[in-house]
Formats: sequence, C-alpha cells, structure tokens
Amino acid sequence: MADAEMKGVVLLDLWVSPFGQRCRIALAEKGVEYEYREENLANKSALLVKSNPVHKKIPVLLHEGKPVCESLIIVQYIDEVWSDHAPLLPADPYARAQARFWADFIDKKIYECGTRLWKLKGEAQQEAKKEFVEILTLLEGELGDKKYFGSETFGFVDIALIPFSSWFYTYETCAGLSVEAEVPKLVAWAKRCMERESVAKTLYDPHKVYEFVLFLKKKYGVE
Amino acid sequence: MQDQEVKLLGTWSSPYVLRIRWALRIKGIEYEYIEEDLRNKSPLLLEYNPVHKKVPVLVHKGRAIAESLVILEYIDETWRDNPLLPRDPYDKAMARFWCKFGEEKLSPPIWRVFVTQGEEQKQAYASAMENLEILEKELEGKRFLSGEAIGLLDIFFGSLAYIIPMYEEIIEMKLVDPSKLPWLSKWMEEFLNSPVVKDTLPQKDKLLPRYLAIRDTFLAKRE
Repeated sequence: MADAEMKGVVLLDLWVSPFGQRCRIALAEKGVEYEYREENLANKSALLVKSNPVHKKIPVLLHEGKPVCESLIIVQYIDEVWSDHAPLLPADPYARAQARFWADFIDKKIYECGTRLWKLKGEAQQEAKKEFVEILTLLEGELGDKKYFGSETFGFVDIALIPFSSWFYTYETCAGLSVEAEVPKLVAWAKRCMERESVAKTLYDPHKVYEFVLFLKKKYGVE
Repeated sequence: MQDQEVKLLGTWSSPYVLRIRWALRIKGIEYEYIEEDLRNKSPLLLEYNPVHKKVPVLVHKGRAIAESLVILEYIDETWRDNPLLPRDPYDKAMARFWCKFGEEKLSPPIWRVFVTQGEEQKQAYASAMENLEILEKELEGKRFLSGEAIGLLDIFFGSLAYIIPMYEEIIEMKLVDPSKLPWLSKWMEEFLNSPVVKDTLPQKDKLLPRYLAIRDTFLAKRE
C-alpha cells in the first residue's frame, strides 16, 4: 500500500546483508539518491512489517511510498525505472535470459550453501564445502576470461554475486578452505569489482562480517 | 511469421513444462516438442542445460534457455504481442514478487502435505492454508491473477488448478474449499476452462497413478 506521505527513495536494510548490498550497489551505479534506514531485525519497524507483510524481511525499497521486495526484483526495478544510463541488464533478450539464469543460480545456491559452511560441523560441513567449491567453480567457468559477468559492463550477475565476496573469509575460516586456491579467476574478478566506488563503499571488511557470523553462531548455539 | 526454430524439451507430466506450453500458445508460437526421459537424459538435454539438467528447456535459433521464469520472460521479450507481463516497472516487480512467493512459500508446503502424514502433514497443512489465504487475498475482485486476461502469474500458478484437486482426491483432505477460498476456487475453474489451457493437461488416468506412486515412495522413505 502506498504511503502518500513518503517521497523519494527509501531502502529498509541491514548493514551486513548481502541482499541489501545488491540494492545499494545498484542504486549507487545509477546515481540514485536515497534514504538508508537500518532495521533491527529483533525489533522490526512498523514500516517494514507494513511494506513486506508476506515475508517481513529486508531489503525493501520504497519508491514514492510503494514497496518493492526481494533483492533481485528490486535491482531489476531500479534498472527499469532509472533506465537512462548505466544499464544493469543487457538489451538483447537472450543475453538478458542468461543474466537472469545466473543471478537465479547465485540466489538459490550461494547463501544457503554458505550458511551450512559456518553452521554445521563434521561430515555435513565437508559435504557443504564440496558443494560450495562446485558452485564457485561453475561460476568461474561462466565468467571465463571476461572482465565482468556482464562482459565489459558491470551488471546484474556481478551485482548478484559480489556482496558474497566479503563472506569468503568467513567461509574459509569456518570450513577450512581457500577460495583463492580453488577459483583464482573469481577472486581476481572480485578485486576488479572492488575498484568500483559503488562496491567499495557498500561492502564491509571481511573481518567485520566474520565478527557478525561469530555473533550469529553464539546466538544459534553453534560450536 | 516464421518462428525460426523453436524447440521445447519437456516431460509429459511436468507442470513447469506446461507453463511454457501455455505461454507459447498465448503468443501463437509454433514449436517442436521433444519428450525427455529424465531417468535416461538425452545428450541434447545435457548439452542444453548442463547446470541443472532439468526440463523445461527452450531452444530458440539454436540457443538454449533454462528455468521456467527465465524462459517466460524471454518469450515475453522476444515475441511482443499478447504481453504476459505488465509494462509498468512497478507492476512487473509485483508480478515477479508473486512468482517468487509461489515458488518459495506456497508450493513447498502444498507438496509436503501431499508426501507426508501425521504430525508432519498437519504442520504442512497449516502452512499451506496460510499461504493459500494470502493468494486468495491477491485474487479478490479479479478474474485472473494478472487481471482481465491470463498473464504470467496465471501461467505460473496455473498447475495448482489441476494438481490440487488431484492431491485432495489422493490424500482425502480439502485444500481449496470453495466456501473458505471462493476467489481461488473460481480462478481455478476459470483457468482450467480457458482456451489457453484446453487439451494441454496431462491425462488424469496417467497422472493419478504416477502421483499415487510418488506419495507411496515418500511415505516409505520415512518409515
């Protein structure tokens, strides 16, 4: 439901959320001014609950009071509304389909598998580690020798994946793996993305992310 | 208009493949249908969908697209008549949101109701009803989920119209009671009777034993 009082662009978010970061990066790439509102997920704001009654999750983008939910849906919305420059998706329908396919792959696989890396131990963790390396290897294969997943242009797939690069240190430390050793081209891609202001200003230091996960581990009684 | 070689790889029983058939019918696109045996996947399928090895896969001008929502958006962007998605970015975002809701929140508990029993089934049933009620609210006052005519959302949710009654028959539980979910009930009937859907559904005498066997297999696993 649109709130007639609300003007402009507001993002309801959580600092460390890779999903929220996708939206922040997209907004920055487009040069859109917006108000960032930090949510306390233990005490969700009335606005969050009203704007996303189905999931009650962040991120939520409010544009002239109208809410858009789900990070990749928000990124596509941003691309379609502020369409005059910095296209995040290519123009060609087949290239767009490929971009959506890989963004969907990233969305379905990385967070869920990554969470198992820090939440689980023993054989289950080893299984998750194997899967995680497979996922990253597949992505590295798709990247190939391109500068970005979008080829010359930083785009949808890059935005979908790059926030998770600040979680690599956490995954490595918890599960005992080396992302650099497994997928060096992907790590090089991440470094190139970090040269972009939109990314550098959005992502947090991997050690801060690790601290956050340690807090979560305590909260869930892991280890 | 020559459609330049459109092929659809699918299986007769897959509701995901049906989405694509409905979309192609709405657009008036002629295509070659290739039946796959998922227990013995063809080299063609493995070549066209190496990542997931699943159906549906749409092949257009020799290039493959996988994942039903990605395929649907590709079809909509390539053949512009009879649009499936709204043109307005906000409405588009809402359509995508509801598809994701269907995939992540509605379908899983409905499936679990079908393949479990006892306490597990009770919990799944509560979750399914909660989410069916959300869909009911979304349908209020509308003929179809997409408005006056069948669109992306109807295609996306459409298989529920024939699968839910079949589940109800097998498990002897009511999921969509017309007195409790009148809009959903009406939509299911309208959708099944529409020209788009006519003669596309898998035959009940083939499908029913298949689903009976699926339920038995899942129940046996849990013993």
